[in-house]
Amino acid sequence: MNTENKITAQSNPFLPEPARIVRTYPLTDDVHFFQVRIADMEKALSFRYEIGQFAMISVLGAGEAPFSISSTPSRPGLLEFCIRRAGAVTSKLFQLKENDFVGIRGPYGNGFPVEKMQGKDILIVMGGLGAAPLRSVLLYCLDNRDLFGRIILLHGAKRPAEMLFRDELLDIKKRDDLEGYLTVDGDDTGQWTENVGVVTTLFPKLENINPENTVGVVCGPPVMYKFVLQEFLKLDIPKDQILMTLERRMKCGVGKCGHCAIDYIYTCLEGPVFSYWDVTHMRELI
Amino acid sequence: MKIVKLKKDNLFPFLEAIKGDAELWAPVKKDDAKHTFQPVDDFSQIDLDYTRTILPPRKILLPAKFNMYQASKSEFTSDFSHISKKIIFGIHPCDIHAFLTMDKFYSYEIEDPYWLEARKNLVLLGHSCWPDENCMCKSTNTHVVEEGYDLFFTDLEDTYVVWIGSSRGDDLIREKPELFEEDLTDTDIQKFIQRRENRDKAFTTEINFAAMPDLMELKYNDALWEKLGDACLACGSCTNVCPTCNCYNVEDRPVLGKDFSNIQRCWDACTLENYSGVAGGENFREKRADRLKLWYTHKLQSYISKYGKPACVGCGRCVATCPVDINVKTVAQSLDGNEVDSFWDRLSKEVTK
Repeated sequence: MNTENKITAQSNPFLPEPARIVRTYPLTDDVHFFQVRIADMEKALSFRYEIGQFAMISVLGAGEAPFSISSTPSRPGLLEFCIRRAGAVTSKLFQLKENDFVGIRGPYGNGFPVEKMQGKDILIVMGGLGAAPLRSVLLYCLDNRDLFGRIILLHGAKRPAEMLFRDELLDIKKRDDLEGYLTVDGDDTGQWTENVGVVTTLFPKLENINPENTVGVVCGPPVMYKFVLQEFLKLDIPKDQILMTLERRMKCGVGKCGHCAIDYIYTCLEGPVFSYWDVTHMRELI
Repeated sequence: MKIVKLKKDNLFPFLEAIKGDAELWAPVKKDDAKHTFQPVDDFSQIDLDYTRTILPPRKILLPAKFNMYQASKSEFTSDFSHISKKIIFGIHPCDIHAFLTMDKFYSYEIEDPYWLEARKNLVLLGHSCWPDENCMCKSTNTHVVEEGYDLFFTDLEDTYVVWIGSSRGDDLIREKPELFEEDLTDTDIQKFIQRRENRDKAFTTEINFAAMPDLMELKYNDALWEKLGDACLACGSCTNVCPTCNCYNVEDRPVLGKDFSNIQRCWDACTLENYSGVAGGENFREKRADRLKLWYTHKLQSYISKYGKPACVGCGRCVATCPVDINVKTVAQSLDGNEVDSFWDRLSKEVTK
């Protein structure tokens, strides 16, 4: 047993890639937008991901956490994230400035089943931070407009100031190839010209939904799921055409650390995107 | 499979011959009469007369804490410095089976280089054992081992029958071939068979593991879990002593006076309170009952559907360790409708309010 001992693992899936913050600015008081590029230009351009996937971002001295990718793979090179300050990693991340380094690992997770969504009407319902993963879906659908039928967006926030991507969405809403509805629970500005009410109050505005040909996509705070799912079911959208993306604690992203387990499903490998039919079998859901 | 014989007197000379610069880990008896796997230079410390060690041998491959990589502002460098050539001598069949299960787990979808590289640098020398009342390995069918070891030593009084389980095991024998005898006599074979039969009869605990996946599903909302949750101390001991528990946490440890951090991987336990907590305060498994369900789903149900056998290898460490008697044995027996009277009496009298 006297052999030279040198460990040379060919690849280490746990090792992040150095990346720079290209742009960062606040979307709301506690949610910031981060545009990030992997420092190695070749790797930046070859970083392929799918809508609904996530990446691990590490901040020196604070650690690593999973974040939904908010940009669309149809615009390669830059990765965008919409991040709420909530813990140690994000607090430190919020102190970083443009050109500062972070670490990026990924992409991880299954992502949305784009092929199954093609040709369908896409009904996107997002609330609060649910905009983080679903902005990727929305932009992807718009970038590949011909691949999809109707694109319907319902977006809710507590107050106008808390609506993520408010200006971007108000702009997109003007397009005539998209049906967009924005709502706030309450308007404290007196200048809000869109709907007031919880996101489910937007459903009566939808006309001529063809449920068999519709894919419903939902992401938002836990309390929102229950009510939005009921609305989807009222529209008769089949349970396997209702898609949602779930949040769990994650330390590895590759099915080893155990934290994201729901029953015996690892959210990082088999999720975070599940159909409502998938999750009716899962006991520890939202 | 090749089988040879080794006189017991020749064991230490053989270990000496193969050790070289490797670290040799073996069971050592501690002051409190319990055994642990420890690195040994003085072979007389080795005590093979043991049933189970306190911690399972996975600690030798993935220590409770180790550095995964170093992170500086703009650079990340892998750290495999804790991995070196190691020999584990005296490991029992259940623990070898646990290694085989972990091999599958750590290779599933994405390979974990920290386990796999440590495995490549590991020689496994198994040793026969004798069950006590907490051993469940006959029920999990992990009481015998047909693969996964380099050499396996079966104790036949003054001699070992040594099964050679790998090409590397064969090379080890060739380091000192003169210590071994090639031919087993009829008496040796008779002794071996007799030992196996006697050992099979010595198992007193039988658990119907085949029924567990269905029972876990059917009794997911059973009041049993609330009772267990009330009693559970959420100490994480069951996880620390389980040979197939794998959960870990990752921490960024800045190095004082330097501009880099050690990114540390450390054992975690799904039974601990904050295990499923996410930033912002949400916790997906606040209740102890829910965390216990997750632990037992993994041990008794999910590995069966994924890998064809339960994650439990029947080592009995959770039985020997849990301060309030919540373990694979009592939980499985309770799920199977055979609530153990003394267990429930004690829980209701001493532990629950």
